Amino acid sequence: MATKSRSTKKAPSKGNKAEMLKYYRDMLLIRRFEEKAGQLYGMGKIAGFCHLYIGQEAVVTGMQACLKEGDQIITGYRDHGHMLACDMDPKGVMAELTGRIGGYSRGKGGSMHMFSKEKNFYGGHGIVGAQVPIGTGLGFANKYRGTDNVAVAYFGDGAANQGQVYEAFNMASLWDLPVVYVIENNMYAMGTSVARHASETELYKRGISFEIEGEEVDGMDVMAVRAAGEKAVKYVRSGKGPYILEMKTYRYRGHSMSDPAKYRKREEVDDIRSHHDPIEGLKTQLLEQGHASEDELKDIDKEIKGIVKEAADFSLESPEPDPSELWTDVLKDVEVA
Amino acid sequence: MSVDILMPALSPTMEEGTLSKWLKKEGDTVSSGDVIAEIETDKATMEVEAVDEGTLAKILVPEGTEGVKVNAVIAVLAEDGEDASSVEAKNASSSSTESKEAAEHNTSKESDDESEAAAEPQAAILSDPTIPEGTSFTETTVRDALRDAMAEEMRRDESVFVMGEEVAEYQGAYKVTRELLQEFGAKRVVDTPITEHGFAGLGVGAAFAGLKPIVEFMTFNFAMQAIDQIINSAAKTLYMSGGQMGCPIVFRGPNGAASRVGAQHSQDYSAWYGQVPGLKVVAPYDAADAKGLLKAAIRDPNPVVFLEHELLYGNSFPVPDIDDHILPLGKAKVKRVGNDVTLVAHSRMVGFALQAAETLAEQGIDAEVIDLRTIRPLDTDTIIESVKKTNRIVCCEEGWRFFGIGAEIAATVTAEAFDYLDAPPARVHQKDVPLPYAANLEAMSLPNADDIVEAARGVCYVD
Repeated sequence: MATKSRSTKKAPSKGNKAEMLKYYRDMLLIRRFEEKAGQLYGMGKIAGFCHLYIGQEAVVTGMQACLKEGDQIITGYRDHGHMLACDMDPKGVMAELTGRIGGYSRGKGGSMHMFSKEKNFYGGHGIVGAQVPIGTGLGFANKYRGTDNVAVAYFGDGAANQGQVYEAFNMASLWDLPVVYVIENNMYAMGTSVARHASETELYKRGISFEIEGEEVDGMDVMAVRAAGEKAVKYVRSGKGPYILEMKTYRYRGHSMSDPAKYRKREEVDDIRSHHDPIEGLKTQLLEQGHASEDELKDIDKEIKGIVKEAADFSLESPEPDPSELWTDVLKDVEVA
Repeated sequence: MSVDILMPALSPTMEEGTLSKWLKKEGDTVSSGDVIAEIETDKATMEVEAVDEGTLAKILVPEGTEGVKVNAVIAVLAEDGEDASSVEAKNASSSSTESKEAAEHNTSKESDDESEAAAEPQAAILSDPTIPEGTSFTETTVRDALRDAMAEEMRRDESVFVMGEEVAEYQGAYKVTRELLQEFGAKRVVDTPITEHGFAGLGVGAAFAGLKPIVEFMTFNFAMQAIDQIINSAAKTLYMSGGQMGCPIVFRGPNGAASRVGAQHSQDYSAWYGQVPGLKVVAPYDAADAKGLLKAAIRDPNPVVFLEHELLYGNSFPVPDIDDHILPLGKAKVKRVGNDVTLVAHSRMVGFALQAAETLAEQGIDAEVIDLRTIRPLDTDTIIESVKKTNRIVCCEEGWRFFGIGAEIAATVTAEAFDYLDAPPARVHQKDVPLPYAANLEAMSLPNADDIVEAARGVCYVD
């Protein structure tokens, strides 16, 4: 296999009206959901670690558009957006954040540990980089079973330095496993900038010595993400082995709720927010291309606000888990043969 | 001067082997590095290279001889100018004396297998209730019993596969996966790179997706690199997902001290994994249990850490000739019934406990021996029941004392059978040091049958 890694920042931003409106809606749902989660955290309704996805919405939205039934998703701890993109119920996600029985993990997982077998979402992993070998194992299972499904393993620029990531790359390439590795490079591993934590800052090149093709993508442009994603998924689905997509993206909020973000300038955040926001960018395209009117987009905003309010209300009304839940789900019962 | 050619040891644990073939005959000239013979152990076939130059004067052990002890003189080499026809095997006796001395120094090593084998028939072996009366038994090594368990489960269920370092083409670093590649092919017997963290995680992912991986660690020492995936990913995900996910995976391989391999390759992880909710932890002693419990572990819908012992791989035990010999996880086994003191042990320590029981019997102390078999869930009922009868307990483990299996059992017994105890629970364990390399220090560090006898006499207030 020829190994090339390249930067393709200029991707075609064409899409039909229905698709573009769907992406707008999906990204907006993530944004509003996360804003609400931030509020609930501030009110003390959500506790512990809570990592918001605001600013990175185009990555999961664009990638999800490339997948088909049975493809699996796995990610790290900044996972709310991925779950919503997988069409998991916002009520169940929010209720998990508030630690209630109506949450996806019955209140026992929290922000970083949610799963949905039904939607092929395999978590939600709190240990940096651990999802990469696990996601590779999902791909291994696809190949073992002879399906043409692909696994998408998301991880951040910080995780990209983890040793186990390269152990997984090696096996995935060696065995031609159907895995798309999506590096969400939001420029900071917690508070350490890529330039300060990575010897090779062009992370899409990290697969070169494993013969894995890599590509840099404008992760703030959902249409560019989709275009790159389609190409990568097609490649992987055809049995050629893994593929790396480095999504250049940005998170507006801190690493977690307690992050004062002293390591970056306010102006940097403001600049990206005003010039590269994925939702505003798509909105402009929708309006310019005549796919939607301001009023139509406002209707979508309204619909989303309703969904998020419903999720928040549910997450506060749903009771805490029954004390008996403490002892359940530690082990599965063994069926008597 | 003639030179004796000795039976070489091909691995740290080899005690004897078969001299399968001579590649040189008497009278042949031999140069250093020439392959002169092939020898075979239950693990491997290896070539013997000449170390010295000369003429092969006498072959003392003909090819096809089985059970040739390590360091036995197998041939004599005449050096240049020497009359090959007149040389004698003069050093034969001294080399065997040496090995005897070594055995005496190192009673927990070389000598125990024989004495265990001798002690075994005298012990009252209690059959599991699941084995019907009249069942015939076949002498099987622990190694082959484990292999048979995997092969049977792989035949039964397409989703079972085995992966790890050298499991396929090499036939297993300890030959536990011997011939699985030939039967099941490379798709289901997967050689991995030497990347424990990565392939353990990959196995967890495959298990999340519904496959049933058997992940072999060449030894559990190397699983330290993968312990995050074992605990944080495999053990905790069912709980963290509110019961949605599942991780039907077996992590298996040799655990504990091998022989003369030093501290980094000689650690008992029973207590480490035993502490983690969400895991099951199994540590069998004999071949029948190894087989029955491994089959159960593979079928179990939960992650199972299956701790084997390298020094038991080559030991043979009767395995019942029944189609599907499967044993429940979480049940201890009373290996010997007694009234005066309870000895609890798992894995290799069970052999020492049985030996100790024989010695104690000669001294008038009637010991009951319990093989824990499963560390988690721990069968405390069987232990408590025994202590209520004997009123004394010695907890035996190969691992370190602090925060160990023995500590847990002693605390449980104290809490649940306090009124029955006639002495504080005693513990036998490895000395609180990294395992040393030197033979004498290693033997001092590891617990053995004598330590158990001493501890049992202590709780019986004898002496």
